[in-house]
Amino acid sequence: MNLIAQTFNIIYNFKEIFTIMATFNLNINGKTQQVDVDPNTPILWVLRDHLQLVGTKYGCGIAQCGSCTVHMDGVAVRACMLTVASVGNQEITTIEGLSENGDHPVQKAWLEVDVPQCGYCQAGQIMTAAALLDKNPDPSDSEIEMAMNGNICRCGTYTRIKKAVKIAAATKTNA
Amino acid sequence: MPLKKTAIGRRAFIKNTSLAGGGLVLGFSFLNSCTDRQAQTMTAKEMPEEWFEMNGYLKIGENGLVTILSPNPEGGQNVKTSMPMIVADELDIDWNDVLVEQAPLNTDAFTRQFIGGSQAIRRGWSGLRLAGASARQMLIAAAAEAWQVPVGEVTTEAGVLYHRGSDKSVGYGEMAAAAAKLPVPEEVPLKSIDDFDIIGTSKKNVDGLKIVTGKPLFGSDIHREGMFIAMIVHPPAFGLRLKSIDDTEARKLPGIKDIFTIKVFNEDYEKTFFDTRSFNEVAVVVGNSTWEVLNAKKALKIECEPIEDATETRDRFGSKWEQHTPAGMESTADHFAQMEKMAVKGGVVKRRDGDPEAAFKKAAKIVEATYTAPFLAHNCMEPMNFFADVTSEKAELIGPLQKPEFTEQTLSARLGMPLENIDIQMTRLGGGYGRRSYAHWLVEAALISQRMKAPIKLIYTREDDMTDGIYRPAYLAKMRAGLDANNNLIAYHVNAGGIPESPLAENRFPAGAVEHYLAEEWTIDSNLTVGSFRAPRSNFMASAEQSFLDEVAEAAGKDPIDFRLELLDRAKNRPVGENNDYEADRYAGVLKLVKETSNWEKAAPKVSRGVSAYFCHNSYAAQVLDVVVENGKPVVQKVFCALDCGIVVNPDSAKNMAEGGIVDGIGNAFFGELTFKDGIPEKSNFDTYRMIRMREAPKEIEVHFVKNEIDPTGLGEPTFPPIFAALANALYRATGDRYYHQPFLSNKSPLMG
Repeated sequence: MNLIAQTFNIIYNFKEIFTIMATFNLNINGKTQQVDVDPNTPILWVLRDHLQLVGTKYGCGIAQCGSCTVHMDGVAVRACMLTVASVGNQEITTIEGLSENGDHPVQKAWLEVDVPQCGYCQAGQIMTAAALLDKNPDPSDSEIEMAMNGNICRCGTYTRIKKAVKIAAATKTNA
Repeated sequence: MPLKKTAIGRRAFIKNTSLAGGGLVLGFSFLNSCTDRQAQTMTAKEMPEEWFEMNGYLKIGENGLVTILSPNPEGGQNVKTSMPMIVADELDIDWNDVLVEQAPLNTDAFTRQFIGGSQAIRRGWSGLRLAGASARQMLIAAAAEAWQVPVGEVTTEAGVLYHRGSDKSVGYGEMAAAAAKLPVPEEVPLKSIDDFDIIGTSKKNVDGLKIVTGKPLFGSDIHREGMFIAMIVHPPAFGLRLKSIDDTEARKLPGIKDIFTIKVFNEDYEKTFFDTRSFNEVAVVVGNSTWEVLNAKKALKIECEPIEDATETRDRFGSKWEQHTPAGMESTADHFAQMEKMAVKGGVVKRRDGDPEAAFKKAAKIVEATYTAPFLAHNCMEPMNFFADVTSEKAELIGPLQKPEFTEQTLSARLGMPLENIDIQMTRLGGGYGRRSYAHWLVEAALISQRMKAPIKLIYTREDDMTDGIYRPAYLAKMRAGLDANNNLIAYHVNAGGIPESPLAENRFPAGAVEHYLAEEWTIDSNLTVGSFRAPRSNFMASAEQSFLDEVAEAAGKDPIDFRLELLDRAKNRPVGENNDYEADRYAGVLKLVKETSNWEKAAPKVSRGVSAYFCHNSYAAQVLDVVVENGKPVVQKVFCALDCGIVVNPDSAKNMAEGGIVDGIGNAFFGELTFKDGIPEKSNFDTYRMIRMREAPKEIEVHFVKNEIDPTGLGEPTFPPIFAALANALYRATGDRYYHQPFLSNKSPLMG
């Protein structure tokens, strides 16, 4: 009962935060973009708040759900924990830059299988799948599961995602 | 063709003046940003010069292109595709000539613009059909008039009007201007089910291309010039309330515009059913960008104090109830001990058939088991958010929510602003599952914008979303069954309750199939906030009941499917009691279908199977789940699902929905759990709250629908509740252990590492 009687004084840890703004020239979807932000800003928020590239989603902020997956020099990375300062001149590709008209084999496969339910996680799923197929054009089931395991789909479209990845792999291999 | 009076839902056919005239629907430019592209992919036709409004649901362009408004919010259940399909079929138009738009919230034009209870298609069915059929009838009347032929001689096919006798034909587009001027007919013929040519065929998600190309579809994607970002800071534990804030450090940080507190509801406000809010007063940080606000949020110090015991009157659609919120800091360990105690004490008897106690006394065998399930967080992938621009004259709100028409009334009361000055626009929901029925964040966003005198976007962090939730309650059920010497089930006793609500549905199976039946319930008050979570109450009762029946069937030495079919046969031919809340034939139908499609008697080698069936949300679902144990871990190989949800509007998308319910259910059965310690949620993000991932999902799911001509019923929820038990029953066969307590992998058998 002491606990209840006690008045709680909640103090959040106050971390020393850099407040210096800096200018960054970023290479995003083949274009140079200049932003003036705190160097610690995750690239996710640079994309969403400063460049209005909102296809990359916020889901957890701690690299656990994969909704924010983008490519950095072709490798799938989580934008929510990647600071703008660490990007340098490496090439960032977001879902908006994956293809000109939504015709990347992975996007086409996603449409063919009609994967999405709510759709919120799907940009991240597609970016992870596209990076996987670039590295491994013909993945096995367990390789797909391994690569996609970092992307949560709360609606539960996993069986369709796996099917779409296989279709995309087949299209890419035959292309 | 049966004639149907258009009086049902007639309000929907009164023309909505804001939509009249040419051009696109006003006020929706954000959502329509990709209309041209959609047009390119869906139809060969150009965008028309002019639109002619036929009724609140649809307008036709002079070139024959049709725009259909989808009235209900879209949260992944694909109603934005399937609702317009119903309109289009009765209109008799080529689906390729249809553009779909999200309708604005307009309770005059549309009825029941909300999603929940798996009711969108079931309750929308009639109105949507009439919308299409009455527009078709108006086009026919216009053509008959133009050709000077009897109305009865004009036919339609795929967007073209014909008079076969004189070999005349004309496209809908050319007749639209004349048709739009005609009165809405009093009575219209509806298609017979055999004549459906869009309903029952698989159509792709109308937003598919926008989703896979990352277009701004969601509330959190909204950007407006001059908009600020806002976040909340809430008390860290249930049982506390905000006392004061110290923003000295936080205010010094760059980009911060203001820090203040808001009260979501005024003290004298009588909350309605969906007005649940965990912490009525929260601190708010407003700034230029998300990152800056996040930093200031961390730097903000808040002081909290314990809440007092309180009782408030709430309004459930006109009927009042007293909600008691006890003071105190609650913990999960105490919760389960309290529930055990309550169950032993017994509860309020909700149904009694025969003489259960006497029957148990003479039973040859008694089976008893206790089942529990923890609190669950919804964990929609898109955390709660809303855009608001509130001035003294009007309030514009854009974002994801499930019950806009109720939330609009709440906001009107909170702002003291008439409904007509409030404009709520629905974006695609990044998941709902019940959580977005409680749109307190919309009210918060409006209050913040009002205070800032500027447009703002409120976003919850994942941690806010999870620790400031409106959770699935915790439940416990004690089950008892009595078998006679011939292994017939003669007595059944269910004693169920929860914190703070009871999950019992006393008239559901096996009520009606057992001579001596007793159902009782109890509740325990709590200050944890709870609300709807995919198939509320059913999501626990199905798992308890269907796991228990498996154990009873085993005790009776019977096959679990045959055992259930025997009971359903009894319920059909010699039902016990009244008000049995299921149709025994349809229930048996899905069991028989899953038995056949899964080849029930012949499981693959090393595969252990479990079966389960349940009826909720007007639909019947039966499932067989195949599990193998690999390296000490259970792997779900395949799930067979049989569904009876009446007419299936969009089969492939219906399968997607069924698959989702199954995967979601397996995930929650394995891992789903939110525990509390002294009022503090012990999990706050996906590093500790385990969600099902691809590796744990079934390798394959096979869904079969019972074919019938019954009007469509629920689909978003019915596959979710039974799968828990199908999994538990399969795990029993694989491991020899019964799984009574969710989540199964935290109450693990030695096999599960």
